[in-house]
Amino acid sequence: MNSNLGKYKLVFKPFGESGVLIEWPKKIDKNILTDIREFVHKNELKKIKYIIDINFVYSSLLIIYDNNLTTYKKIKNVLLKLYDKTDFVENKQRLLWNIPVCYNTKFGIDLQLLASEKKCTINDIIDLHSSINYTVYGIGFLPGFLYLGGLPEKLQYPRKSIPRLNVSKGAVAIGGDQTGVYPQNSPGGWNIIGKTPISIFDIDKVNPIEIQPGDEIKFYSISLMEFAEIEASFKNGFYNLKKVVLND
Amino acid sequence: MIKVLKTGMLTTVQDIGRVGYRNIGVPLSGSMDSISAGIANGLLNNHKNDAVLEITMLGPKLAFLKAAKIAISGAELSAKINNTSIINNKVYFLKKGDVLSFGAAIKGIRCYLAVEGGFQTEKILKSRSFYAGITSQEKLNENDTIPFNSQLENTNNFKGLLKNKVHFFETNELEVYKGPEYDLFTPNEKKLLISNKFTVSKDSNRMGYRLEETVIEHTKSIITSPVIPGTVQLTPEGKLIILMKDAQTTGGYPRVLQLSEKSIAILAQKNAKDKISFKKMVSI
Repeated sequence: MNSNLGKYKLVFKPFGESGVLIEWPKKIDKNILTDIREFVHKNELKKIKYIIDINFVYSSLLIIYDNNLTTYKKIKNVLLKLYDKTDFVENKQRLLWNIPVCYNTKFGIDLQLLASEKKCTINDIIDLHSSINYTVYGIGFLPGFLYLGGLPEKLQYPRKSIPRLNVSKGAVAIGGDQTGVYPQNSPGGWNIIGKTPISIFDIDKVNPIEIQPGDEIKFYSISLMEFAEIEASFKNGFYNLKKVVLND
Repeated sequence: MIKVLKTGMLTTVQDIGRVGYRNIGVPLSGSMDSISAGIANGLLNNHKNDAVLEITMLGPKLAFLKAAKIAISGAELSAKINNTSIINNKVYFLKKGDVLSFGAAIKGIRCYLAVEGGFQTEKILKSRSFYAGITSQEKLNENDTIPFNSQLENTNNFKGLLKNKVHFFETNELEVYKGPEYDLFTPNEKKLLISNKFTVSKDSNRMGYRLEETVIEHTKSIITSPVIPGTVQLTPEGKLIILMKDAQTTGGYPRVLQLSEKSIAILAQKNAKDKISFKKMVSI
């Protein structure tokens, strides 16, 4: 895959003593996500030894460099040139991941609230939530938390004014115009509609998370019994997440 | 090995942190006051990434199950070997069975204990720094044992001692750079950020330091974007949150200022109710 010449006007900002923040136009847009991914996966970028950490989400990218080895001005020029240059980009396949979710009200403790607020049935909410391919726009906030785009307006609902002290790992929830999965037990203000029995982030694995920005997520509804089965087989290491290659 | 006889308030193992895992949302972690941790390691000729104990406010009581060469730096927490008081920034030799204990906090709140060769707890994602959900432990508990390498056979008689009467963290002024959203604010608002004195809130920890004052109420929102230790966020209610070493990797509040690594170390020694102010540096 070859990238096009720099498509966007980028804004570079120094961030702290060893960071370069690169801003794309400030919007949530799949084309911008593709452009950032292609930039990050350029072979030449990967060869720059003084880059020690990288993360991006939505429309901005942070590159942390070793300030013993280079300066902000130097790295900015290198990155600007690299952005405009046609370079071999590692062919990063995008994957669609199917995540099982039990939307039983045992786990989906805010389903009833959402249904009455949205004047529909709980099943309407489940059907709609599990019909969408959500795009992963980044990973952050907590280890393994996926920023997902694509929640239909019909399901958008403000986060709670007083967050719950403990939302359990695996909770699937809606907060404003976002939906997501809590990767570990944590306080949280999102409205909980279900739970997945699998871990998206597993620290015991060499690669703790397989899902990458640019991939897509689809939730599918499972029963309480299936939840118990998948949970058990996942714990024993017999469960593999279902994934398919997306054809771009 | 060290055995924890009493835990104290919060004692953790820290090194320079988990570099290289921001892309999967893993916080950096590492010593809050990297300067003092570096001094303690340096006195022992350790590598700067060797793991130390970060001892917060109320220190633990530690029994050495084998001989060791140690140094402490950072906060002055009335440390003693057995019944003898010891000072910061000096190398001490401990015999098997010696007990290192800590008392009242005199200056600062985070003290670093380094041992020659470094502590050898589990390494997860290339770091020993404790962080809930990544390492199996998030703090030391009573009866825990912490292994360390000891090469005392090769010991020379070097007795390192740094003679600094004033600690670098005994200032209330934090050097800051412009944050990515600094220029979204008016000159008057910027003046408020730089000229005000702020009070450290009791809701401050390894993730972030909150400041009590309300500075600028605003409705400016940003699309979630990366944040780093030292990022000063301005919430819509007008309060400042300074992110520290265990902070999340992304955030949605405007990033108005950015602390230098030295300022992060200074702030890490501040307690609730302490006053701070910002001094703006020319951006790099």
